[in-house]
Amino acid sequence: MTEKAEKLIIRLQEVTRIYKVGVEHIHALDGINLELGENEYVAVMGASGSGKSTLMNVLGCLDRATSGCYELDGQDTTKMSDATLARIRNERIGFVFQSFELLGQLSALKNVEMPLIYSQNGWWSRHMRAKNVLERVGLGDRIKHKPNQLSGGEKQRVAIARALVCNPSILLADEPTGNLDSKTSEGILDLFDQLYREGQTIIIVTHEEHVALHARRTIHMRDGRIYSDLPRDQDPAYNTTMQEDAREEPE
Amino acid sequence: MRAIIRMLAAFLRLFYQSVYLALGQIWTNKTRSILTTIGIVIGVASVTAVIAALTGLKAKVLNQVESFGTNTIFIFPTQPDKGPMRHASWWTIRFLPEHFDDILEHCPSVERFSRIAGVGRYTAHYREKSAENVEVMGIEPAYHEIQNRPVSLGRKISVIDNMQVRPVCLIDPKLRDELRLDRDCIGQTIRIGHHTFRIVGVIERQPELQLGESGQERYEVFIPFRTTFKMGKPWIMAFAASKGTEVTEEAQAEISFFLRRTRNIKPGEPDTFRVESVKRFMDTFNSIALMVTLVAGGVVGISLLVGGVGIMNIMLVSVSERTREIGLRKAVGAKKSAILTQFLIEAVVLCFIGGLVGVGIGQCLTMIISGINPVLDMVYIPAWAILLSFSFAGSVGIFFGMFPAIKAARLDPIEALRHE
Repeated sequence: MTEKAEKLIIRLQEVTRIYKVGVEHIHALDGINLELGENEYVAVMGASGSGKSTLMNVLGCLDRATSGCYELDGQDTTKMSDATLARIRNERIGFVFQSFELLGQLSALKNVEMPLIYSQNGWWSRHMRAKNVLERVGLGDRIKHKPNQLSGGEKQRVAIARALVCNPSILLADEPTGNLDSKTSEGILDLFDQLYREGQTIIIVTHEEHVALHARRTIHMRDGRIYSDLPRDQDPAYNTTMQEDAREEPE
Repeated sequence: MRAIIRMLAAFLRLFYQSVYLALGQIWTNKTRSILTTIGIVIGVASVTAVIAALTGLKAKVLNQVESFGTNTIFIFPTQPDKGPMRHASWWTIRFLPEHFDDILEHCPSVERFSRIAGVGRYTAHYREKSAENVEVMGIEPAYHEIQNRPVSLGRKISVIDNMQVRPVCLIDPKLRDELRLDRDCIGQTIRIGHHTFRIVGVIERQPELQLGESGQERYEVFIPFRTTFKMGKPWIMAFAASKGTEVTEEAQAEISFFLRRTRNIKPGEPDTFRVESVKRFMDTFNSIALMVTLVAGGVVGISLLVGGVGIMNIMLVSVSERTREIGLRKAVGAKKSAILTQFLIEAVVLCFIGGLVGVGIGQCLTMIISGINPVLDMVYIPAWAILLSFSFAGSVGIFFGMFPAIKAARLDPIEALRHE
């Protein structure tokens, strides 16, 4: 375990998630223990099927653990109703997806405003908060543009702005650079670095080592379990993967 | 209290947002939306047109009846439904003038009374001019009040005219013009059939309720009741006016009772005449109008049902097309109820737009109908019909939008976000 921050944001205790497929039981998460403090920058890595997406869904309150305990900001989420979980997602969690998930008919501003519709915010406060957060991600001059008038990087920035607009406790990014070229990816990752410096807790799910390199802590998963959990400077995988990356051209 | 207001405000915001989104969605899928709402449009257009036409007709008829006076009673001979008189000839059951003698003394609810004698249609001549289709009717003075037919020039048929069997007449203005009589034609004489009459007045024409039959012009000439007997054997009936609308039924009963006695109808035998009131006529008309409305309503109900199924179908398509959007909305904190509201409102907005277009088309149809048929003046769809169609369209939207909306609300956000 790494050093603990003063305030715990996430605490997972023996969390399992079991899917029933026919008569078979698939252990997508098989006893996860994890603690995450304020202002951490974590990368979750693993091959497909390792359970990292399931972990992401559980952390994001989109899915419930089959057993175990998940505390978010000191509150046990396992016994909460669907409506309460919706509110938690709205107030505490910001999602960034691989394929941006912007609504094509709405402007960047309206897209960013969307989560605020589901919380109690007046028109003006919605407008101002969305505008501010768009400025924060560097899109202050594109607020009226619709997604199809924006580049891939800009779209992802809008999506990040949308995730940040409710001041979430954690920012959950699922392969945020998966649909972007390497130059744009670096821009997005720089933005994550900037947000981290500003105090945001960030969890990035990725299978690309160079993305994980930006994080201060890397969790490797395999078969639904945490296989290694190390701060960046102690991760032995780094140097070798860096060399591997250099040999194998990224797609 | 504050909490309630906050909740209400939140709901209104969600509502506004949903309407905004729904309109956007409808705008992006224009063709689809138009095709979907056609059922609703046709339903609403037809019901509003039918209701508007009926309302116009009803207003017209009521107007007409009011010009008669609502306490008017018509008395005419007719064969009964059963009994030996069932197949009696018209001549046997005809009224005789003396059947009505002293009727006012015996019927306390009757205010006025006038016998009417119809002698058929004649040709009227004045110098070289002639007019066909002149309906000659013998009347008594009370006729003017009962039928609300004042004279615009000259005088009415008087009691003296009747007593002395004078050869005088009232003519209608159209006949005056047709025969090229002077504008002030009082004192001029015209020939009707083989008889000569002196004109004593010009009677106002009745506002006419012409349903189709327009071809030949019809003229009216009124002569004293007793004078008709000089022209031939008149067909007699009678008009009466009760002392008020509320005693009309009593007046009818009194007249029936009186006539049974004067016509020697034995107890148990059916009447050989009818005593009808305008009120009953109105009741019949109203029930027919109601029936037409109900039939139209049924047809419209079916059409709205079909329209509703169309709405449901398109909403299901919309839900499956926007699965990812639903997933995203849920991920950023939309509750089930919010998703439900959004899709429900989309369906309702679609139906309302259909209703709006339908009312517009209905009004156009109504204008076309009133253009073709001169009986109806400019008619408008009554407000209640518009309200009714809208609430109906709205209910259809809620009813048929519910299933797709529930389907959307129950989507699992993880699955929805993975949807291709």
